[in-house]
Amino acid sequence: MTTQTILPVDAARITELSQTGGEPAWLKDSRLKALELAAALELPKLEKTRIDRWNINHYGSYKAATAVASLAEAPSSVAALIAGQEEGNLVIQRNSGAVYTHLSPELAAQGVIFTDLATAAKEHGDLVQKYLHKAVLPEEHAIAALHAALWNGGVFLYVPKNVVIETPLQAILLTDDAEATFVPHILIVADTNSSVTYVDNYVSDKTEAGLHNGAVEVFVGAGAAVRYATVHQFGEDTTDVTYRRAVVENDGTIEWIVGEMNYGDTASDTKSVLKGNGASSDAKVIAVGSGSQKLNYTTQAQHFGKSTPSDMITRAVMRESATSIINGITKIEKGATRADGQQTEKVLMLSPKARGDANPILLIDEDDVTAGHAASVGQVNPEQIYYLMSRGISRHDAEKLIIYGFLAPVVSQIPLEGLRNQLQTLVERKLGQ
Amino acid sequence: MAAEFVIEGLKATIEGKEILKGINLQMKGGEIHAIMGPNGTGKSTLASALMGHPKYEVTEGTAVLDGEDLLEMAVDERARAGLFLAMQYPSEISGVTNSDFLRSAINARREEGKEISLIKFIRQMEAKMKELEMNPEFLHRYLNEGFSGGEKKRNEILQMMMLDPKIVILDEIDSGLDIDALKIVAEGVNSMRSPERGFLVITHYQRLLNYIKPDFVHVMMQGRIVKSGGPELAERLEAEGYEWVKEELGIEDETVGQEV
Repeated sequence: MTTQTILPVDAARITELSQTGGEPAWLKDSRLKALELAAALELPKLEKTRIDRWNINHYGSYKAATAVASLAEAPSSVAALIAGQEEGNLVIQRNSGAVYTHLSPELAAQGVIFTDLATAAKEHGDLVQKYLHKAVLPEEHAIAALHAALWNGGVFLYVPKNVVIETPLQAILLTDDAEATFVPHILIVADTNSSVTYVDNYVSDKTEAGLHNGAVEVFVGAGAAVRYATVHQFGEDTTDVTYRRAVVENDGTIEWIVGEMNYGDTASDTKSVLKGNGASSDAKVIAVGSGSQKLNYTTQAQHFGKSTPSDMITRAVMRESATSIINGITKIEKGATRADGQQTEKVLMLSPKARGDANPILLIDEDDVTAGHAASVGQVNPEQIYYLMSRGISRHDAEKLIIYGFLAPVVSQIPLEGLRNQLQTLVERKLGQ
Repeated sequence: MAAEFVIEGLKATIEGKEILKGINLQMKGGEIHAIMGPNGTGKSTLASALMGHPKYEVTEGTAVLDGEDLLEMAVDERARAGLFLAMQYPSEISGVTNSDFLRSAINARREEGKEISLIKFIRQMEAKMKELEMNPEFLHRYLNEGFSGGEKKRNEILQMMMLDPKIVILDEIDSGLDIDALKIVAEGVNSMRSPERGFLVITHYQRLLNYIKPDFVHVMMQGRIVKSGGPELAERLEAEGYEWVKEELGIEDETVGQEV
């Protein structure tokens, strides 16, 4: 089936926006080219998910954002997330643009760049141009193309060679105006032997339907280590389509920690491309679905380099009539000898109307490798409930113990305590406890 | 106050088939009752029905503990009323640590705001684990996951010791235990003997009763208690088997549920 992509803007409007925004010419051209692609390309094909039936056309229009001078003026909907962050390295995007950016002078002095991507494109054009849209390609499908044509605000993080940053850098991406385009692009470049942790939160505070079309690109240099943690907690109003990609050079490491805590329909695809020898990837995804959410989560690891290990774990709890399709794809290319690809997808369903589907896929074109997968979909075991209750624990608490126990092997491995606690709270909220 | 536990006319079915055909039993705190009998006579069903296993349906009878009918209660209420069942096949629950589980169980018996302090809890648990010769690492292991048969049984006894119940049912706690483990488990049980607490020990071997001395012995066949006596009954069963009981009572097939 072919669906004509409805373009939310035309070339004239993109040109105008790019010019008023003071963007370099290459970026304007990149946007226009992507817009052409968007008109020609199809929607992405998602396993057992009719994304064409989702609300994916509500882009709204670009609205200039008003910067805030201090965190005290930041929207109250993100107050909890920014508490105590006055000194922290932080970027806040509200709807179509950044409203706050802060980088400590110490990190700036080491050559670290941490700002919104729109500003970076102007101030560090060469660096941004070298990497932008090189991991999530506009040619892939209409949504990626529209993203490349429309992206706004965003985050740019550059960590120079040998710079090791201990404290996590953070970003908050807020949509609270359904009429404003919300297409943030996160671009992270970690140069040789650098190390960084980045944490972001996606939040909505509105009632009208809207769309987040997001892309994340992480370039991990040789020997570098990037830990990317992301928590999506959009409300029912927001449809979330997010593509995350990391390209990892020799002996580099990418670690993904993804909390899928949205209340609306969500499709996400998190992929590591292990390009260099010895590159490694570890992805942990926890998800809770509720209401009538339609969810499609994919994790992928693609091995090109020799001796490349990858591990992917997804644990999802589905309640009410939430539906989830969970895909894990391990692809080992010819020549990636001694690669090791492991994956596990598990779904726990809490109601008879909840649906879960786990699809582990191994695609291996090399003999000298190890790979494994495990997948399970099941309901809370009544024997386990009985056992816990037989010790005096109420049914409610017994179910809670089992659900948290199901998520624990992933949650307990999250190295950032603050994030671990935040996820715990969000899980509790989504489970209505 | 010594517990008083009275089972009257208890009948229970599984998938519509009657397994318990009218059990009557009275016990008091301080007493140890043993229920013996060959396999398939309904012993474990009795334990499960009293605890409230969802697979069993109680169709008639009462089981009154200190004036309250347990059979009217949900499983967790029965436990909080003072019933404890050491299970033959305890569940394994991934992701839930032994200590989180037991602390939840203890706090379920306490009012909100009066939860046991973590330090006090850990101290108690470590002391009891030492008595049972359990490795302290079991505190942090996931509940029964990867435990050997003997470790599971010790863990059941540990829970009993921590929860301080009024009536304890031990369902074939001796199965799968070597003699050393059996002694440790029996010592744990004996350390819990008190004038207030009653024990119902289900087994088909006399062996366990060498270590946990019963005051009363009951023989179960065909879903009923067919014979009761003192400790000498267990000894005779050990020496002579069950055939003489069957002959005495004119029973040909002692089991229930054979036609399934």
